[in-house]
Amino acid sequence: MITALIVMAGLALVLGATLGAASVLFRTQGDPLVDKIDAILPQTQCGQCGYPGCKPYATAIAGGEADINQCPPGGDEGVRKLADLLGREYKPLNAEHGIEKPKSVAVIDEATCIGCTLCIQACPVDAIVGAAKQMHTIVADLCTGCELCVPPCPADCIDMVPVAETVENWKWRYPVFELKVQPATLPAKEAA
Amino acid sequence: MLSKLFSFNGGVKPDPNKSLSTREPIARLALPPQLVIPLHQHIGGTPRPLVHVGDKVLRGQRIGAADGNVSSAVHAPTSGHVVAIEPRPMPHASGLSSPAVVIEPDGLDAAIEREPFDWHAAAPGEIRDFLRDAGVVGLGGAVFPSHLKLNPGKSGHTDTLVINGAECEPFITCDDMLMRAEPENILRGALIMQRMLAAKQVLVALEDNKPEAAAALKAAAQSLGHASLEVVVVPTRYPAGGAKQLIRVLTGIEVPHGSRSTDYGVQCFNVATALAVWRALEHGEPLTRRIVTVTGNVERPRNFDVAIGTPISHLFAAAGLKPDTDKLIMGGPMMGIPLPNIDAPVVKATNCLLASSPALFAPPEPELPCIRCGECARACPADLQPFELYWHSRARNFGRAQEYKLFDCIECGCCAYVCPSHIPLVDYYRYAKSEIWARERDKDAADSARERFEFRNWRADREKEEKAAKLAARNAAKPAVKPTDGSAPAADVAPSAGDDPMKALIEAAMARARAQKEAVAAKNTDALTPAQQAQIDAAEERRKRASELSGSNAPAE
Repeated sequence: MITALIVMAGLALVLGATLGAASVLFRTQGDPLVDKIDAILPQTQCGQCGYPGCKPYATAIAGGEADINQCPPGGDEGVRKLADLLGREYKPLNAEHGIEKPKSVAVIDEATCIGCTLCIQACPVDAIVGAAKQMHTIVADLCTGCELCVPPCPADCIDMVPVAETVENWKWRYPVFELKVQPATLPAKEAA
Repeated sequence: MLSKLFSFNGGVKPDPNKSLSTREPIARLALPPQLVIPLHQHIGGTPRPLVHVGDKVLRGQRIGAADGNVSSAVHAPTSGHVVAIEPRPMPHASGLSSPAVVIEPDGLDAAIEREPFDWHAAAPGEIRDFLRDAGVVGLGGAVFPSHLKLNPGKSGHTDTLVINGAECEPFITCDDMLMRAEPENILRGALIMQRMLAAKQVLVALEDNKPEAAAALKAAAQSLGHASLEVVVVPTRYPAGGAKQLIRVLTGIEVPHGSRSTDYGVQCFNVATALAVWRALEHGEPLTRRIVTVTGNVERPRNFDVAIGTPISHLFAAAGLKPDTDKLIMGGPMMGIPLPNIDAPVVKATNCLLASSPALFAPPEPELPCIRCGECARACPADLQPFELYWHSRARNFGRAQEYKLFDCIECGCCAYVCPSHIPLVDYYRYAKSEIWARERDKDAADSARERFEFRNWRADREKEEKAAKLAARNAAKPAVKPTDGSAPAADVAPSAGDDPMKALIEAAMARARAQKEAVAAKNTDALTPAQQAQIDAAEERRKRASELSGSNAPAE
């Protein structure tokens, strides 16, 4: 009887200590689900979803506050990936948050720019170079196309230009067999 | 001596059609009126242009400098003037444009003075830099910068150097004709490479359908008299010229997924690359010309020695393009890419220009459903499962396609060649590969955007903290805010500094500004002449009337 109690108590102690040690050793920082969702989001940081950036939106999805169809830059494919990850039903993009557009980058008309620095403050990824009363310019490689710099510009000199196809980023098309229209032959006429 | 040859799985035996273009020796093609030299002709970074519009350039002058180490230089093939540096159509399946230097030859063909380079005494690192600046890249088709491959790596030596003259693809004969014309120089280039790689043996391999080239190489090897150098004739079977397939035939080594042949002590170069290395080091000649086979639906198929940058239309004009040509291909019929633009220039990768006609290549038959016969798997020289790759690529299921090792596919076209359902399998693989690359690019861009966004937020927080700290420090040093001229409003707000330092500072600053404004504002109206005063009064009167007329309740000030 006493032996059994000692054995059980000992076991409980050892297992408890192991669990306690494991919880300290293998502690996860933050929510791993948020990171997984964040990895799917396109990181434009545009705020079209209603949250101030991709990470807050990911947190909101993980917390069940936001739906998975609020990210227009991620597009249909993004919604599908999120649905796959979260085991939810796919649903089309919510038009309230905007529509899916081809990837664009902002371009400053340098002749019109007055150097007010408002766009620099608006850019979430520090892709705009310039200083007060100096011309500003956008580093195209860093621009995510979030359009956040467009509304603050008092001179209205920022345009969103779709990214051009180059030899480097050109993609092979999906193979489609072209049906050729053949001139109709009229057997009656040929015979005549 | 090699006692035994091995074999690779799969492969096909298409009609070689090589004798078309081997009847005539290599012809040196006259210069066109304009040369278009693309800056980006190889794998790696795009070279920076070194010349400006209007500059005079000489033959062999560097016009584009290698951008980083994974890049290669570009040179002027003749003397002349730079008339433009602008995007021009490329010999690429897309037909899109890319930056190019356009040179108008002056007909003098004056060469730039060559810097003497003693490669016998130079360290391997110096030779590699020299080859990079001489623009030497792999001429077998992949255009990988050669200096990167001429590095023995950590082990410091290589077992086998393979010089690839197999040229297995139908119609193409540029390497065959080059081996017949300059066998000694090819072997000399191979020996330089052997020295750089510290390779124990050099195997120059070619298919048994090129007896003339084999004889020429063997005679040259005998005259050079190197025991470690051997000319090996391998059986003709497409794609025996694929690097991995050739290595397997010669050494029996099967390079597994994810590793390189160098991990197994084997390095492989094309014969034309060996010649380019020799010319660059021995004569200081950068890579500005190459041999191009012009064949197919042309009057006089043959090989041309052309300046890089020559428009493709110029070559077809020399060979006599037949009028019933419906398609132009760069490369061979198995792996070549369609050329949408005949004015695109010859680049370092252009080994063959093939004119196609409905009589020569029957138009593709309609694609039928896959019947799962497994012929493609039997033909695949890379030991893949082409039908699996096809299904997953077709269904845009790219992750699964990658699990079936899509990127080990060499796009040789054997599977499509044997497919009884006429499925353009390689088109599906190319589509899937470029989609996967695009997704990887997007992923990289998203990762860098996340990093920058997080850094920006961190910086904003840091700035806020720094500002607060600065303010606290200033408040500690200056307990009471002193107005500049001791005017009443500033004195009023001073006591509130205790509960909100920020507010107090703002108030104090505003008070200072007000005091300053009062002090400055009326200065130019101090000593007015009566005439000036009258003018001011008249203006004020007009202003008043105007505001009354407009009916608006204009502000009093």
